[in-house]
Amino acid sequence: MKKLMLILLALCFCVPSLSAAEGKKVLYVCNYYDYIDESVLELFEQETGIHVEYIYTMDNESLLQELEISPAAFDVIFPSDYMVERIIAKDMAAELDFSRIPNAEYTLEYLRNPAYDPENKYSVPYMWGTLGILYNKDMVTGPVTSWADLWDPQYANNVIMMDSLRDTMGIGLKVLGYSMSSTDEEELFAAADKLIEQKQLGIVRAYQLDETKDRMIGGEAALAVVYSGDAWVAAESNDKLDYVIPQEGSNVWVDNMMIPKQAPHYDLALEFINFMCRPDIAQMNSEEIGYSSPNSGAIELMGEEYSGNHIQNPAGEDVDRCEIYHDIPAELLDSLYNPLWNDVMNAR
Amino acid sequence: MRYDVTLPWWAWVLMGLGLAAFAAMVVVSVRRNRGVKRSLFAAPYTLWMIIFTIVPLIIIVYYALTDASGNFTLNNLRDFWDSNYSRRAGASSPAIQARLAARGMSNMEPLLYSLWMAFLCTVICLVLAYPTALFMADRRMKRASSLVILFVVPMWMNVTLRTYAMRILMVDDGPLINFLRLIGFADAQLMDTPTAVLIGMVYNFLPFMIFPIYTVLSKLDPALLEASSDLGASPGRSLIKVTMPLSIPGVVSGITMVFMPAVTTFTLNVMLGGSKRLMLGNLIEQTFTKQNNWNMGSAMSLVMMVLILISLTILRKADPNNEGGGL
Repeated sequence: MKKLMLILLALCFCVPSLSAAEGKKVLYVCNYYDYIDESVLELFEQETGIHVEYIYTMDNESLLQELEISPAAFDVIFPSDYMVERIIAKDMAAELDFSRIPNAEYTLEYLRNPAYDPENKYSVPYMWGTLGILYNKDMVTGPVTSWADLWDPQYANNVIMMDSLRDTMGIGLKVLGYSMSSTDEEELFAAADKLIEQKQLGIVRAYQLDETKDRMIGGEAALAVVYSGDAWVAAESNDKLDYVIPQEGSNVWVDNMMIPKQAPHYDLALEFINFMCRPDIAQMNSEEIGYSSPNSGAIELMGEEYSGNHIQNPAGEDVDRCEIYHDIPAELLDSLYNPLWNDVMNAR
Repeated sequence: MRYDVTLPWWAWVLMGLGLAAFAAMVVVSVRRNRGVKRSLFAAPYTLWMIIFTIVPLIIIVYYALTDASGNFTLNNLRDFWDSNYSRRAGASSPAIQARLAARGMSNMEPLLYSLWMAFLCTVICLVLAYPTALFMADRRMKRASSLVILFVVPMWMNVTLRTYAMRILMVDDGPLINFLRLIGFADAQLMDTPTAVLIGMVYNFLPFMIFPIYTVLSKLDPALLEASSDLGASPGRSLIKVTMPLSIPGVVSGITMVFMPAVTTFTLNVMLGGSKRLMLGNLIEQTFTKQNNWNMGSAMSLVMMVLILISLTILRKADPNNEGGGL
C-alpha cells in the first residue's frame, strides 16, 4: 500500500510534462519576455493547426549563446539589428523565401534594405523605435532640438542620461558630429571626454535606465535620454512631457524576425512570419507591447491616434536622419569602448 | 498554461523519490530511536550546500584563474590591481594602452569608494544600534517585544520595495527635502548623491546590527550589574566597565553582518545614487552582464571575497568563542 502511494506521489510530479502537444505540427519560436501578444499564438494554432512552442530568452546576447550551443533548436528568432548583422556574418541565417511572405509588403519603406541586411534577404522587421530626448515643457526655457541641449549649463543637475554604453557613447559621438557606431580611436576618446565634461559641469543628474520613465513622469528632471517606447508611455501619463529626435540624427533600432540556418521547420517558420506580418496581427502585437510597428497595414488599422503621434510614428525624414547601430567588434569593445565607458562612470 | 520551470519527467521522479526516501528515513529513525546517525539529518542541507555554495565558488575561482579560451592565467588578478585592465585586450595597440593608462583608468576608485561607504555605514549603524539594543534589553522596558517587531516588520518586505519607499521620501519635492529647506538648506538635495546611498544602506542593514547586540545584552546576567552597583560603581561606570566589554561578541557579529552586504551593495547605488559613481558591486555586475567578461568579473569577485575573509579573520580575534553567533 505504501509503495503504491509512493508511486502515485511520484506520478503527480510528472503530469505537467506530459501535457505537451503530440501528433501536431510544432514550431519552435524564441523571443524575449513580454514581447508578443500571446493570444496571437492561439490564433495561429487555430488557423493553421501548427502548435507554437514558445521559448523565452533574456536578450540578444543570450539568444546568440543559445543558438551557438544548439543551432537547430529554434525555427524563428527575434534578433535586433546589430545581432542580425552578427548572425549573418556567422553564416547562421537562412535566406527567406519572400514569395511565401506576401505580407512583408506592408513593411514601411524607410525600414527596408537596412544596413544590417542590405539586400533584405534574411530579416523582416518586427518592432522598431528611436532614441531621443524626453523633456518637460514646463522645465525647459526654449525648444529642445539638439543633443547639444544636453550640454547646456542652464539645465545643470537636470539631465538624466542613459546607463547604457552604446547609447550614451553614441550620443557623445553624435554631438561631435561622428557616427554613433564609430570605430575610430580619436573619435572615441573625444566622445568620452565630451561625456566627462558634461558630468563635471554638473549637468548630469543621474545615469539611469529602467528608472528614467518614472522619474520623468514625477517631474524630477527637465531632460532625459530615452527610447521612444518609454517616451510614449511617459507622455501618456504626464502631458507636460514631449519627445524629440534631435536634429543631428539619432539611433533607430529594429527588432527582426529571422530563421536560423539549421531551423528544423523552415516552411512552417515562413508561414509564421507571414502571419505575424498580417496587419491585424501586427496591430495586436504593437498595441500589447507599446513599441512602434513597422507594418503600414497595422498603422492604418490603428488610426489617427497612432499615426498622428510623432513619438510612435515619427516623420519619415526624422527617421532618415537616424542611423542603425553597426555591430562593434568584440575586441574594440574590450579594448576601447568598455575602458572609456568606465572612465566616464568613474569621473568626478 | 506553461510552466516556466521545465524539468524532464525523470528529474521530477528522482526528486519525488528522494524526498520520499528521506521522509521514510526520518520516520524510521525517529520511531526506532536508534540505528540512523544524527548527522544524516544534515544530508539534504549538505547536498544543497555542495551544489549551491561549493560548486559556484569553484566555478568563480576557475573563471578568475583562466582566460577567455580556458587556459590558466594570473593576468585577471594582475590586471585588477594594475588598474588598467584594458591591456589584456590583445587587439589594442601599445599606443592605445599607453593613452588609456595616462588617463588613470582605475579599478581602485570603485573598490576604495565601496570600502569607505561600507565603513561609514557600519559606524553609523553601530552608533544607532547600540543605544537601541540597550534600551530594548532593559528589563524595566515592558514594551521591548513590540519594539523588536517594529524592527523586524520592514525586513518582511522586499529590499527593492523598501528602496522605492525611500525614494519617495528623498525626491526633490519630497517630505525630507521640504523639511531641510524649511530649516534653511535651500539647495538641499538627497536623490542621486552618495548621502542618499548611505542613508539607504543604513536603513537596510541597521536590523543586522541591532539584533546580535540585543541578543547578547538580553542574555547578560543582571547579577553582574547588581554586583558592580553594590561595589559602588555608578550606572555609567557599570555600562563602560561591565556591559560594554561583555557585549563585544554581539558587536563583532553585528559589524560583520553589516559590513559584508554593505561592501557588495550595488542596487542602492543605481536606485538612490543615480549611478554617478561606480561601486565595486556595479563594476562586477557590469563586467559580467554588459562586457560579458566572466573571467575579469570572477577575478574581481574573488578579490572582494578575499578582502572580506581577511576582515572576518581579524574580527574573529575579538570574539574567539563565537559568542555573538559567529559567521
